[in-house]
Amino acid sequence: MKIGYFPGCSLQSTEREYDESVRAVAAALEIELEEVNDWGCCGASSAHATNRLLSIALPARTLALAAAQKMERVFAPCAACYNRLATARHVLATEPELAERVHAVLGTAVDTAVGVVSAAQMFSELASQIREQTTVPLKDLKLACYYGCLLVRPPAVCQFDDAESPTSLETVVSATGATPVRWKMALECCGGGFSLSRTSSVVRLGRAILQDARAAGAQAVVVACPMCHTNLDFRQRAMAERAQPGQEPLPVIFVSQLVGLALGLKPEALGLRRHFVDPQPLLARVATAKSLPEHGGPA
Amino acid sequence: MTATGERSTAPAERSLLAAVRSATGLDPSHCYQCGKCSAGCPMADEMDLKTHEIIRLLQLDRRERLLSSQAIWLCLTCETCTARCPNEFDPAATIDALREIVLAESASKVPRPMAAFHGAFLDQIRAHGRVFEFGLVASYKLRGGALFADVAAAPGMLLRGKLSLMPERIAGVADIRRIFERCQTAREPK
Ligand code: SF4
Ligand code: SF4
Repeated sequence: MKIGYFPGCSLQSTEREYDESVRAVAAALEIELEEVNDWGCCGASSAHATNRLLSIALPARTLALAAAQKMERVFAPCAACYNRLATARHVLATEPELAERVHAVLGTAVDTAVGVVSAAQMFSELASQIREQTTVPLKDLKLACYYGCLLVRPPAVCQFDDAESPTSLETVVSATGATPVRWKMALECCGGGFSLSRTSSVVRLGRAILQDARAAGAQAVVVACPMCHTNLDFRQRAMAERAQPGQEPLPVIFVSQLVGLALGLKPEALGLRRHFVDPQPLLARVATAKSLPEHGGPA
Repeated sequence: MTATGERSTAPAERSLLAAVRSATGLDPSHCYQCGKCSAGCPMADEMDLKTHEIIRLLQLDRRERLLSSQAIWLCLTCETCTARCPNEFDPAATIDALREIVLAESASKVPRPMAAFHGAFLDQIRAHGRVFEFGLVASYKLRGGALFADVAAAPGMLLRGKLSLMPERIAGVADIRRIFERCQTAREPK
């Protein structure tokens, strides 16, 4: 299978382990990722909070580039990029007047036939292949699947999964042999783009999310968004400062890293050493526990 | 309306309600004030106006109160309200439209960290076509965002190979700049 690929800005810098693990897993699943040539930033929250036309025109340029490369679908692992691309596509298809203004701004019409796919959708579509190719089932691992805002909301734009009780990430987690826990905060916002401009809100929201994951018995949180990862991983130290003393930090891993581990890929290939809360002790413990019996049981 | 309340007898061209309607294609009269949007809003506790109050004031066309509200800048666009509104109203898109109007008419009302962040972020896109993280943080601080925010973070980021020190510029950066110019012109208040 071949699919268009839009990594986005975060995956080239602070969250590059997401890009590394997505590419490694795609190769292992024999999926060819064809990058959109010369893609530009989706505009993220700063465009839509300040200028609606710009917030559609920037991702529309990328959709036009993808169409020119004859892509049927573009895979955007960043939930924010995914949401902006999907919003642009939706608006261009449903608001003819605005579509015309966007076309005038770009100097070209934009074909809205190009589909936009999130990581939750991509990996859940591949769940049976992941299950078949799993060599290191992560059987004893309990995970909280965190969707946040941008994978399923607003429903009219995403048209994927259920906006109130989604299951796509749980499907992927189950395919790797791990166990998804039931918890309440899966769809709450992590503070998104306020990481820099209003850190206190991010710390407040993130702390509640991690506490609920812990209370539900999760050993780690699974995410499919670089902003969620930054807020829950990098900002976790700030949250912990006022949490119960002696509490272990909770690793936050990308869904692609989880799949990669189950497929037997090396932690280095998945960027696992780049996290602020090191997930490797937990993951190594689980992986070793798993593989021992299959190699004839403990000595 | 009470004697102390702001009057909504503004001339038609100053009607905020009309401006939001035309920018979003939404009709705020569809909101029947059930409060569900505010009940699920992650920022409700920090807002001077709750989501349903914003919509109510818009129905009453209370321009000054709305445009000077902090709440519209605290909205995370998490879309929870929009996903849950029983009347398929779209508070998140409405708040985006209000922010755009404040920026066009009285940018000084934007809280400084938000203005600094959005300005820095868009500058990055204009300069390189993509956001260059290192430049984003530096420019955010120069624009009056918190000067000491995350000074301790850079070594940890570098150690983990998360920061590049040189921006990458896309080939189509001229296209991007043209997009900015044209979108800016289109927004100028009449
Ligand atoms: S949920 Fe919808 S109808 Fe209810 S108060 Fe909010 S905007 Fe109005
Ligand atoms: S989109 Fe904004 S107003 Fe609506 S629930 Fe989220 S933070 Fe609150």
